[in-house]
Amino acid sequence: MKRDRDRDRDRGKGVPLCLHSLSQFSISVSFLFLSLILLLGLPSSSGATTEGKDLASLLHGLGAKSRRDVRQAITALGRLNDPAALPALEALGERRLRVDEAGLVSIKGEDGSLRDALSGETVELDEAALRTPRINNAVRRALRPVIAQLQLYAPDVGVRLAAAEELIKRPRPEMTDPLQAALERETEAAVRDVLAVALAQMQLQSEDQTARLAAIRLIGESGNLGLRPQLEALVATQEDGSFAEDDPEVRAAAEAALSSFERTQFLINSLGNLFYGTSLGSVLLLAALGLGITFGLMGVINMAHGEMLMLGAYASYVVQGVFQERFPAWFDWYLAVAVPAAFGVCLLTGMILERGVIRFLYGRPLETLLATWGISLVLIQSVRLIFGAQNVQVANPAWLSGGIEVLYGVVLPYSRLAIILFVALVVGLVWLILQRTRLGVQVRAVTQNRPMAACMGISAGRVDMWTFGLGSGIAGLGGVALSQIGNVGPELGRLYIVDSFMVVVLGGVGNIAGTVVGALSLGLVNKILEPVAGAVLGKIGVLIFIVLFIQQRPQGLFALKGRLAES
Amino acid sequence: MMTLLTCVPRGARRAAARLTLPVGLLVGLFTWLPAAWAAEPIKVGILHSLSGTMAISETSLKDVALMAIEEINEAGGLLGRPVEPVVVDPASDWPLFAEKARELIQQEKVAVVFGCWTSVSRKSVLPVFEELNGLLFYPVQYEGEESSFNVFYTGAAPNQQAIPAVEYLMSEDGGGAERFVLLGTDYVYPRTTNKILNYFLESKGVAKADIMELYTPFGHSDYQTIVADIKKFAVGKSTAVVSTINGDSNVPFYKELANQGLKAEDIPVVAFSVGEEELRGIDTAPLVGHLAAWNYFMSVDTPENKDFVAKWEAYVKKHQLPGGAKRVTNDPMEATYIGIRMWAQAVEQAQTTDVNAVRQAVGNQVVRSPSGFDISMDAKNHHLHKPVLIAEVREDGQFDIVWNTEGPVRAQAWSPFIPDSAKKVADWTYPWVCGNCTAPKFKN
Repeated sequence: MKRDRDRDRDRGKGVPLCLHSLSQFSISVSFLFLSLILLLGLPSSSGATTEGKDLASLLHGLGAKSRRDVRQAITALGRLNDPAALPALEALGERRLRVDEAGLVSIKGEDGSLRDALSGETVELDEAALRTPRINNAVRRALRPVIAQLQLYAPDVGVRLAAAEELIKRPRPEMTDPLQAALERETEAAVRDVLAVALAQMQLQSEDQTARLAAIRLIGESGNLGLRPQLEALVATQEDGSFAEDDPEVRAAAEAALSSFERTQFLINSLGNLFYGTSLGSVLLLAALGLGITFGLMGVINMAHGEMLMLGAYASYVVQGVFQERFPAWFDWYLAVAVPAAFGVCLLTGMILERGVIRFLYGRPLETLLATWGISLVLIQSVRLIFGAQNVQVANPAWLSGGIEVLYGVVLPYSRLAIILFVALVVGLVWLILQRTRLGVQVRAVTQNRPMAACMGISAGRVDMWTFGLGSGIAGLGGVALSQIGNVGPELGRLYIVDSFMVVVLGGVGNIAGTVVGALSLGLVNKILEPVAGAVLGKIGVLIFIVLFIQQRPQGLFALKGRLAES
Repeated sequence: MMTLLTCVPRGARRAAARLTLPVGLLVGLFTWLPAAWAAEPIKVGILHSLSGTMAISETSLKDVALMAIEEINEAGGLLGRPVEPVVVDPASDWPLFAEKARELIQQEKVAVVFGCWTSVSRKSVLPVFEELNGLLFYPVQYEGEESSFNVFYTGAAPNQQAIPAVEYLMSEDGGGAERFVLLGTDYVYPRTTNKILNYFLESKGVAKADIMELYTPFGHSDYQTIVADIKKFAVGKSTAVVSTINGDSNVPFYKELANQGLKAEDIPVVAFSVGEEELRGIDTAPLVGHLAAWNYFMSVDTPENKDFVAKWEAYVKKHQLPGGAKRVTNDPMEATYIGIRMWAQAVEQAQTTDVNAVRQAVGNQVVRSPSGFDISMDAKNHHLHKPVLIAEVREDGQFDIVWNTEGPVRAQAWSPFIPDSAKKVADWTYPWVCGNCTAPKFKN
C-alpha cells in the first residue's frame, strides 16, 4: 500500500525527466501519435537533451569511485536508452570494467585484451595501474533493469525474452517509453506478450479508465503471480474503511483478475508439491532400492546398506578427482565413468561381505543385524582413515547446475530432473534383471523356496552372492546420485539408513514395486506436510504416519500372496 | 625467572620469552630443582568436532589452535614450559562434548580448553566447566543470553553481528528490506537469535505477517520446498533472508539457491554461520552478492591480516594439511587465535596457569587482531569488544566488505530487545559477580 503510494509520487516526479512530458500525455490520448514520435526519434536522441549529458560522460561515470555516483550514472544511462552503453554495463556487472587514473573506462575482453568502452577499439594500458570499480547489491539492483532495458534491442530472441521478463520484476516509471518503443518494433509474439504485461503494469495507475481496465485484464490473463500485490492494492481498503481505489469498475476488474490468480496459485502449488515430492521420493527410492533387494528379497537385515551408499558417493569423488587431474577437458562427463565405477566397487564389496560374513548368518536375524552394524562401523572408520573425517566436495558437472522455470515460482533444477530420470532407468534395469534374465529367475526361485530351488540344481550359495552384490551395487548407484545433491562424508549412510528401512517396510518386504510406491508416497507425504508443519515437524509427522500404517497393515503396501508369505 | 618477566615491559616480553627456557633451566639448577620440572608441559585442551555434521566448520579451528600453540612454543613456551595441546574429537555429538570436557579437565588436567562451535555443545559442557572450575574459550558468534564465570566468549554477541546485519538489510544500500525470512537449523542458537530479531524487527515497525520463521533439522539436505516458499513469500515487498543454518546443510541450501536462480539482487541472504571455510568448494558464481556478517574476513586489507594469512598458509604447507593451498582463514579462526594469544598473555601476567588467577588476568587483556584493531576483553561480561563487518560473496569464494563499524563494539551479553533480558546484567566484577542478575550481589 504505502509503497504503491510512494511509487505514485515518484512517478509524478519522474514525468519531467521522462522522454518528454508530452509523451506521458500522449499515452493516454493517442497510441498512434506516440508511436509516430517514437518511430521518428531514434532512441539515443531522446534522453540526451533532458539530462544534458552524453553517452561518453555517463560511461565515464560508471568508473566513479563512489558507488552512489555509479548508481546515478547507471540510472542516467537507462534514461538515455542507448544500446551502445550495453557492453560497458554488462562488463560492470561481471567486474570486467577497468578504469585508469584519468577515469578512462575500458572493457576487459574474454581474451584479456582491453577495449575502449565507447569506441570498442583496442587500447594499450598497463593493467596493473587499472582499477576495477567495486559493485555491491545496490549497484546490481540498479544495473539489472537498465541492462534488461537495453537488451530489448538484442538480435537474439531468447535474450529479449529474458530481458522483458526481468523488466516485469522491477517497474520504473522511466521505463514506459522504452517499453512502448520495444513493443512497437518487436516481431516475436512471445516477447510481445511479456512486453505487453510489463507495460500493462505501468498503466495500472494511468488516468485513462479503459487503459487501466485493459491493463488489469492483461495482467490477469498473464498468470504472472509476481504482479499480485499491484492488483491487491487496487482492491484494498484504507484505514477508515473506504476503498483505496475510487473507481468501482477498476475494483471489479481487479477482483476478477485476483480470483483467477487464486486458481493459478493453487494449481502451481499443487504442481510444485508434486514435483518436489517426486524428487524427494526418487532420492529415497535410489537410497532404498538396494535395500529392497538385500533386505526385501533376501531377508538380510543389512545395517551396512547406508555405507554402500557412502562408498558409491566416495567412488564418484575419486573418479571426479582423477578427471580433474588427468582429463580436465572431459570433466563434465565424469559421471559416465563414476556410475559404473561406483556400481563395480559396491558390487565387489557386497559380494565379499556376503561370502565372508553374511552367508554364515542366514536365518539368524539378530546376529545378522549386529554383524552388519559392525561392518558398517568398520567401513565408516576405514573411509575416515583414507579420506579424512571431513566432508569431501563433489562438484556438479556444468550441465547439472541451474534449472528451468516451468511455471511462475516452480523451478525444476537439472540435478533433480536428472535424478528422477536416473532412478527410472535403474528401476527399469532392476526389473529387467529380475524378470528377464537367468540370474533373475534364479534369484526369485531361491528367495521363494530355497530348498526346492537347490533341488532343481540352482547353486543357492552363488545366487545369494550375486543377489547381495547386485543390491549393494545398486546402493552404490544411489550414492552417485546423492553425491550430486548433498554432502559426501563418512557418515552419509547414517542419514539414509532409517529412511531406507522405512521405505522398504512401508512398501512391503519382498517386492520391488512396493519399494517404488513406498518411496514415492513417502516423498509426497513429506513434501505436502513440510509447508504446513515445517521441516522438523514434517519429518515427525511422516514417522507417526508410518507407525500407524504398519500397525494397520503389517505386511506393507504390497503384500506378497501365496505360500511364501507365510515362510 | 618470575621477577625477570614481570619487570620487562610488554613490548620486550616476546624477546624475553625466547630466553625463558634457558633461563628457567638455570634457575632450576640453582634452586636444586630437577630440570624436568621446568620443562613439564602446560596442557591445553582442544575440543572441536573433527567428524560429523560440524566437522566442516570446526576442523580448521583445531588446526589454527595448533598453529597458535606451535607459535607460542617456538617463542619459548609459557613460563618456561612448553604448551602441549590435547586434541579430542566429540564428533558433533552434543552429550559427548560434556564427557570429553570432563575427561580433559579431570584426567588430562588441562589448564584451559579452547573449543565448541554450536551453542548446543556449549550448553552441554557449561555445567562441567562450572562444576570443575575449568576455563573455556568459546570462539564462535552466538545468541548471547548467557555469561559464565568459567567461559570467555571470543565470538560475536547478537549486537556485534545479527542486529547490525539486519539494520544493514533495512538500509538503502542493503535493499531496504521490509519482509524477513528467518531460516535456521533447529537448535538453541537460531531459535534464540530469531527471538531477538523478532523483538528487534517489531521495535522497527515490521509487522508479524512480514516475518516468516523456518527451521530445519541438522544435516537437512532437501531445501527445494523452502527455497520455493521463500520466493512465494517475497512477492510484493523487498525481502531478505536471515540464515542461521549451521554445518554442512549450508552446502545443499546454497546449491538450491543457485539452482532455483534466487539472486542476491532480488532476495539477499545474509548468513551468520557461513564464512570462507563453508563456501570452500561450492561454486560461488551464482551466489555473488549474498551476504555474511562477521567480525573478520580473510579479505580484510590490513598488514596484521597479511601476516596472519601468511602464517596460516605457511603452517598448512609445513604440516601438509588436507586441502593444501585451498585452505582459508575465517572469523572463528581469528577468534580462536585471539583467544589463545589472550590466554597466553594472561598466563604470563599471572605467572601461573591457575584458573582463578588466569581468569582475573584475562579481563582487560588487549590483543592486536588480524582485523587491524586492538581487541580487548571485557572484564565485566567476559566478551570481546569487536568490530562488525558485513560483506558480499565474490566469485572466488572470498568476501567483499560493504559495511563496517568505525571501531570495536562492546558486546551485550543480554539482549536489550528481549523484555525479560533487558534488565539483566552480566558483570563478573565486584559488587555484581554474576552472569544474569538485576541487582548487585554485594551491597554495601
